[in-house]
Amino acid sequence: MRVNFTVNGRPQEADDVWEGESLLYVLRERLGLPGSKNACEQGECGSCTVRLDGVPVCSCLVAAGQAEGREVVTVEGLADYARQRSEGGCADGACGSAGSGVGLDAARRWEARPSDGQTGEQGELAPIQQAFIDAGAVQCGFCTPGLLVAADELLERNAQPTDADIREALSGNLCRCTGYEKILDAVRLAAARQGEAV
Amino acid sequence: MATTGTPANLTQGSKTKGGIGESTLRPDGTLKVTGEFAYSSDMWHEDMLWGHTLRSTVAHAEIRSIDISEAVATPGVYAVLTYDDLPAEMKNYGLEIQDTPVLAHGKVRHHGEPVALVAADHPETARRAAAKIRIDYAELPVITDEASATAPDAVLVHEGRDDHHIGHVPHPNIVHRQPIVRGNAAEAAERADVIVTGEYTFGMQDQAFLGPESGLAVPCEDGGVELYVATQWLHSDLRQIAPVLGLPEEKVRMTLSGVGGAFGGREDLSMQIHACLLALRTGKPVKIVYNRFESFFGHVHRHPAKLHYEHGATKDGKLTHMKCRIVLDGGAYASASPAVVGNASSLSVGPYVVDDVDIEAIALYTNNPPCGAMRGFGAVQACFAYEAQMDKLAAELDMDPVEFRRLNAMEQGTIMPTGQPVDSPAPVAELLRRVKAMPLPPEQQWVTTEGADVRALPGGLSNTTHGEGVVRGVGYAVGIKNVGFSEGFDDYSTAKVRMEVINGEPVATVHTAMAEVGQGGVTVHAQIARTELGVTQVTIHPADTQVGSAGSTSASRQTYVTGGAVRNSCELVREKVLDLGRAKFGTYHPAWATAELLLEGGKVVTDGGEVLADLTDVLEGEAVEVEAEWRHRPTEAFDLRTGQGNGHVQYSFAAHRAVVEVDTELGLVKVIELACAQDVGKALNPLSVVGQIQGGTTQGLGVAVMEEIVVDPKTAKVRNPSFTDYLIPTILDTPTIPVDVLELADEHAPYGLRGIGEAPTLSSTPAVLAAIRNATGLELNRTPVRPEHLTGT
Amino acid sequence: MDFLRPASWEEALAAKAEHPTAVPIAGGTDVMVEINFDHRRPEYLLDLNRVGELSQWETGEETVRLGASVPYTAIMEQLRGELPGLALASHTVASPQIRNRGGVGGNLGTASPAGDAHPALLAAGAEVEVESVRGSRLIPIDDFYTGVKRNALAPDELIRAVHIKKADGPQQYSKVGTRNAMVIAVCAFGVALHPETRTVRTGIGSAAPTPIRAEAAEEFLNAALDEGGFWDSGKIITPSIAKQFAELASAACNPIDDVRGTAKYRRHAVGIMARRTLGWTWEQYRGAGRPLEGAA
Repeated sequence: MRVNFTVNGRPQEADDVWEGESLLYVLRERLGLPGSKNACEQGECGSCTVRLDGVPVCSCLVAAGQAEGREVVTVEGLADYARQRSEGGCADGACGSAGSGVGLDAARRWEARPSDGQTGEQGELAPIQQAFIDAGAVQCGFCTPGLLVAADELLERNAQPTDADIREALSGNLCRCTGYEKILDAVRLAAARQGEAV
Repeated sequence: MATTGTPANLTQGSKTKGGIGESTLRPDGTLKVTGEFAYSSDMWHEDMLWGHTLRSTVAHAEIRSIDISEAVATPGVYAVLTYDDLPAEMKNYGLEIQDTPVLAHGKVRHHGEPVALVAADHPETARRAAAKIRIDYAELPVITDEASATAPDAVLVHEGRDDHHIGHVPHPNIVHRQPIVRGNAAEAAERADVIVTGEYTFGMQDQAFLGPESGLAVPCEDGGVELYVATQWLHSDLRQIAPVLGLPEEKVRMTLSGVGGAFGGREDLSMQIHACLLALRTGKPVKIVYNRFESFFGHVHRHPAKLHYEHGATKDGKLTHMKCRIVLDGGAYASASPAVVGNASSLSVGPYVVDDVDIEAIALYTNNPPCGAMRGFGAVQACFAYEAQMDKLAAELDMDPVEFRRLNAMEQGTIMPTGQPVDSPAPVAELLRRVKAMPLPPEQQWVTTEGADVRALPGGLSNTTHGEGVVRGVGYAVGIKNVGFSEGFDDYSTAKVRMEVINGEPVATVHTAMAEVGQGGVTVHAQIARTELGVTQVTIHPADTQVGSAGSTSASRQTYVTGGAVRNSCELVREKVLDLGRAKFGTYHPAWATAELLLEGGKVVTDGGEVLADLTDVLEGEAVEVEAEWRHRPTEAFDLRTGQGNGHVQYSFAAHRAVVEVDTELGLVKVIELACAQDVGKALNPLSVVGQIQGGTTQGLGVAVMEEIVVDPKTAKVRNPSFTDYLIPTILDTPTIPVDVLELADEHAPYGLRGIGEAPTLSSTPAVLAAIRNATGLELNRTPVRPEHLTGT
Repeated sequence: MDFLRPASWEEALAAKAEHPTAVPIAGGTDVMVEINFDHRRPEYLLDLNRVGELSQWETGEETVRLGASVPYTAIMEQLRGELPGLALASHTVASPQIRNRGGVGGNLGTASPAGDAHPALLAAGAEVEVESVRGSRLIPIDDFYTGVKRNALAPDELIRAVHIKKADGPQQYSKVGTRNAMVIAVCAFGVALHPETRTVRTGIGSAAPTPIRAEAAEEFLNAALDEGGFWDSGKIITPSIAKQFAELASAACNPIDDVRGTAKYRRHAVGIMARRTLGWTWEQYRGAGRPLEGAA
């Protein structure tokens, strides 16, 4: 079947979709957006979290056909989404998603760029993305995309969350590397920076 | 962070920004937060096929027949492979013992063993085709424990063993046995005023890394194959893959893809050979991605263990002797079992002084799931048991459990039960003192003016208590872990370092085959290059097999060994750069010939701080490159009868204090705080160090209260291969983890550093268990603790 | 596999009539797991997401008519006053992401004894509104669960809504899991006080082949409260009454040993939860000032 929906502000069309495919599979394997991760396929880890019409959901449990006509935001579009939100516009602008997956060339060169270890890349990052880097909340990084989408949504509806609020909001996202302490730090940091910016 | 006693002259060139000792940021951080980082499951290739593995549905059976005709005939299927299709003489693989069939041959030995492979144009096509493969199994009795493994009429899990352990094991269903005898435990026992014994059980833990096994194999025109994969040791994979494919190693070109965590679970091969076989057969790129269910069968687990311990002590609290017998279940294939036995036996005393010991550790072959490497292996199981014993002894002697441990704590100079002296700081007593001195968290944090905040109580959002039945407990534990590969293994690493001018700036490139699995090795390598070469810009080349082996990202060894190799190669590069400088500018300043020269801030400077040249000028038109191997001090094998030998190169120590609240009626536990003190020698990147300690601590918490692969003892089948029923801690289960980092340099190690990744996983579990015992008064001899154990149901 | 996308309730009923084997999918939190893990390959998937009315609710005089797909997040945030037991139960469902998608219709359709909503529905009192092209009917919740993962639906019927009695007194819900979030119930217990009828109703999850009420415990307690004049006096329930109620709740269980827990533990835990939740609801009834919806 064919499925049409909007991803990160850009209309997308996927053809020859098997009816049992999840939204996650279509994003990763058909639309070249592998940022959302496949770690359990049963809604028990949160690595595939995306916004579906603004609501955080596990994209592994959304049938692709159910996304027809709806708006999806993935980690790849998070920076634009956050920027437009901060500018007061509707957060559905285009993101730079390409139509292919990760090719071999990209894989060989994943970080073949000089880095001075002091700053993140100067590209546009959402505040929560920068905070995750700065706080040391990223280790293997496989849980990171889902956590970012969930944490960004938390800060959108609750600008000054308590620790208990953060823990509850992120209780659907497993991380195996960090012990969560630095993830908490990152959300606190993003909230504090957001507060300073207002 | 507390810093104690860092010796002088161990760090050099630290004036360059972003060098060692700073919390520099991950070079892959931006890619990881934008979703652009290419994990092995994200790989994509035009015209790519999907591989699928058909696995055994029974644990132990003869395969009478396999019928693939219907599967082959399925539209969209490109290949179906079984054992008969394997192209080379070599049809097995294994880390140490090549006992694992690439595809089952005539027999399956555990639930979920790979039997056949399918390549198809869509994963669903591959699944449907695999379901059409007919396998006729004749089931055999299952070996599930020591009694069934060593019974006189026991079926042999492996017939005709010819590995190098078979000569010294008492039964062919025992992989390896390591006794350690020192002093005379029987005589020493007579001096004891109290003797305590215990039988302990450690459940089967899973690494549960979040990125399931996956990779992409691409056939090449020269008949070789390129493999993009998530692993812990590229060259070890290569050594096992190439012979089975019938290819020379240079025709199997491996590149490390993004690794979604490892924790030991990627030391053994999973889909690597399978993807290559399918790619070579079909002539098309083949991607294999396990789902979570398959992942539970796709890698080894932590050895479950039965541990029998006896300790004695005098009434003034000095340990007299220790006897123990540790039985590790290795499952159907050897994997890392021999090394696990070595660690369990040699570290079975823990970080204590005991001169008279009688130790035996064995690993079994059974039909249970294969077990192998997981963070802290061997040492983790032993620590759970000996720390329970320490609490029992303290209770018998009516002593404070921390003071009792401190009284018997090892220190630098202590002789290990293997006869090896501990030749670097061993601040066991100090770590215990520090962790005990930390302020305790406030009581009853759930009390609010609105009523009870259930999120702060056992049961959490499940609303099981508003304070009823809740009792607090506090417990302590400390552990010892060896760092690096032990027992005479040639544990080396290789680093290629290049220095050149790019866009008018000196840039260093570091190329190693080190598997970055999340630990932050890439961050540290860049820091070392900045420190040693005085540059700001460092490029980390992707890890591949175009450079020499880095050894495994295991055993807390990478910062030590590959970090050491990077430093060594940087030093060699520095000498070459200085030679270049002398050749170009030596005549302009006498210091070129006479002074100690350093590279700092992009310049060549004298140790007095005088600038002699810009690196851009020295390197103009030149590139300096060195690839060199580096080794830590050699170790020795343990004697097979006495266990004596200088088997280890370094140790790592951590102590924990756990504070728990237990709903004693429902048997539910909430860990309130898990404080840790650890000696790290030298924190090359303090942020990463603390992250490792907190992560390791949390994995220890998991196996204390929830994590266990449950295997049916009648069928040897796994009962909970999913994230629904294999539970790992969520953010609501994980407490605050205050960390006190001690830096006592090991003068034998690069920068004085100590491998740190595993030690926090050891003591976390027994600390939580001790706290639960403290709250409930129950004996609790097994981990994980389940509500049934706390409620007697 | 075919993917059916009805745009309205009528179209959905027509599709189900034409393809009775079609598997309805709304939040997808059960169905997609079965598809992802190759446990189920239905001929037809019937997507109910485009039937907007299923995600709405109406609050009437006596009951809340809760659309089958109203997400748990909405129940726990917006219906705490009317449906306190179900709101508490909703808060224990899986994770925030799952609560954003899943609804009571899914729990009822799957009819797993471990479904979190069941004990709260049993305790509150509810009727399930099901419909087919043949017509509509209301199935009392007590008659809805017919076996392990079986319910009273005919093959051509779909669940449209649940009519749940608005709380006329305190309600509580407890669930045991071995993790503090994202956990399937080892067992669960719901209790609702109904001061208007001077009755107490209960619900037990994951401790019998189907969700059940602890009827003997209810009967005992109803009689004891009545005889002792507790409803009028509002005095503290005596420990012996609470103990007997807990024991009868335990006795109502018919659990199994499985990988999540032993039968013995389940019986034990249900008794503890019964005693505690009764205590909490009764304290609330006595006007001790605690919020009606509990303290989560």
